[in-house]
Amino acid sequence: MSTDKPSVAVWKFASCDGCQLTLLDCEDELLEVAGEVALAYFLEAGLTSVRGSYALSLVEGSITTADDARRIQEVRQASRTLVTIGACATAGGIQALRNFSEVDEFRSIVYAHPEFVETLGTSTPISAHVRVDLELRGCPISKAQLVETISAFLHGRRPNISGRSVCSECKERGNVCVTVAGGTPCLGPITHAGCEALCPAYHRGCYGCYGPADTTNAPSLVVRLREGGMADDDIVRVLRTFNAYADDFRDASEAVAAGKGAE
Amino acid sequence: MKVDGAASGPVVLDTAGLAAAVETLIGDGWSVIAPTVRDGAMVHDVIESVADLPTGWGDKQEPGRYRLRRRDDSARFGYAAPAQSWKRLLFPPRTTLWRAHRPPPGSADRDAGDFVVQVATATPRYAFLGARACEVRAIEIQDRVFLGGAHTDPGYRAARESALVIAVNCSSPADTCFCSSMDAGPRVASGADVVLTEVAEPQHREPWYLAEAFSDRGAALLRRVPSAAATPEAIDAADAVVANAAAHMGREMPDVDLHELLSESLEHPRWDDVAERCLACTSCTLVCPTCFCSSVEDVTDLTGTEARRDRRWASCFELDHSYLHGGSIRSGIRSMYRQWLTHKLGTWFDQFGTSGCVGCGRCVTWCPAGIDITEEIRAIAGPHLQEVTP
Repeated sequence: MSTDKPSVAVWKFASCDGCQLTLLDCEDELLEVAGEVALAYFLEAGLTSVRGSYALSLVEGSITTADDARRIQEVRQASRTLVTIGACATAGGIQALRNFSEVDEFRSIVYAHPEFVETLGTSTPISAHVRVDLELRGCPISKAQLVETISAFLHGRRPNISGRSVCSECKERGNVCVTVAGGTPCLGPITHAGCEALCPAYHRGCYGCYGPADTTNAPSLVVRLREGGMADDDIVRVLRTFNAYADDFRDASEAVAAGKGAE
Repeated sequence: MKVDGAASGPVVLDTAGLAAAVETLIGDGWSVIAPTVRDGAMVHDVIESVADLPTGWGDKQEPGRYRLRRRDDSARFGYAAPAQSWKRLLFPPRTTLWRAHRPPPGSADRDAGDFVVQVATATPRYAFLGARACEVRAIEIQDRVFLGGAHTDPGYRAARESALVIAVNCSSPADTCFCSSMDAGPRVASGADVVLTEVAEPQHREPWYLAEAFSDRGAALLRRVPSAAATPEAIDAADAVVANAAAHMGREMPDVDLHELLSESLEHPRWDDVAERCLACTSCTLVCPTCFCSSVEDVTDLTGTEARRDRRWASCFELDHSYLHGGSIRSGIRSMYRQWLTHKLGTWFDQFGTSGCVGCGRCVTWCPAGIDITEEIRAIAGPHLQEVTP
């Protein structure tokens, strides 16, 4: 690179682009980011080989094709620090629903010419393929956590990204618990913080966009959801969204789907 | 301490007297904070007048469940512990401790190589209206934590020393309350400036208040508002309110030596049992009025010219809370829950000379899994209980 600024690359795998758009959504900080780093964007997956080397790679998306499985190895080799951004890159994303099913069936139903579609049977997180230095959760990621991560990277400090639950953020924000005071089903007790308890602040239960917290007890929450009147089919659905294949959510939904632990 | 002398003897305030007290405080520049109704619960907030108080509202609290209910009178303080405690104001969930600024290159300050550091200083003037005995006791316990010993917390000190506490003896304990068995209520014994007892009248007639000054500031406030001398009948009526509350505690902490019991029960099978139910969500510790753990976060901006240190609430149910070099020493829910309960009810005595529990019941009500610490103690104490109650 012709500049002294650290080079930052943004890579896209199987994803909706929402997380990298978060970078563009940093209206107030975008010029500062652009002033401090040399930004290289690789928006499309068509690039066949990785050129150059990068101080920081932000990786969006999951691995769903053999090409991508190879390309992520090249990205890792070209990157000093690799940070995954969002639920797809961190847990396989909504497209990991295929992991619970037969992908050939989907392919034949959805596409007029399924023979042209080459895809793996699973959608897997980046960490299933290469070493990851930091994972930013969320669908999409939080703007504040992204800026915090880039700031921390620039100044050689540890980013302040806590793995506590959404309940912590509700209590910090002063939200009244929607489950305790309203009987609303909520994944907050098992979900990773980072959204600043956005949904409960608007009287909705947490949808688990940030995936499992550091320490969870999903089987106990399942008991609680059942006590609140939620049917098992619905419990499986609520656990199988953007982070369906994250370990704790997957194990819990599979146990419920298999009829385990029901009264 | 109670102030002697006729001027500070108990007086009776009617609604106009209470309203005058609130107006006087606001006029003197206090932020008057009191329970208000928000999002289906009692929540402490700034009030502008007595009209903002939750008139005619009560609550129903059970393990893992909270509901507001309508009372058949016009009591303004006819409910148990609100959703969160006064801790939010004295020990806020997030505070900036200091900020540092690096002046731009070329400026004189920058040439000296200095960061300019500013220590955050906030001097709020809070008047807490409606604090219950359990809550006042909790403030005293946090006073020991933050102000006792060699190292005191300047932010807590500033907020606490200016805070005026107008407590209310409890009339309506919840199903989750057990302050009586923690010797923390329902009557306020100390730690307040004024203590009110609300006597609600039937058919939505206006309630009235027996008011006692517990400090010079409290006596001065009462002298400035319209009141009547308290008759023996008024004092009896107020005593009956508190006695009725004491008789209606929803729960009881088992009467055993908790410090000894817990220190002997570190491998009790009940810890495995509770670990199956506990969500490790941190709710109990954050709604607890005495839990005081915090974590600091150092933050820099993108350009490296601004830095700050924030302190935020932390919890023993966070994996990072016990992180030492190489890993977290309490990595499972069993050890996290055991840490919380043994500290709260046992080793708190070693550290601060009292229990860390005041029996407000918040950890029971606001636990999404409905875990009841009195029930956990009962299970752990099993055989001990039979010994003391043959």
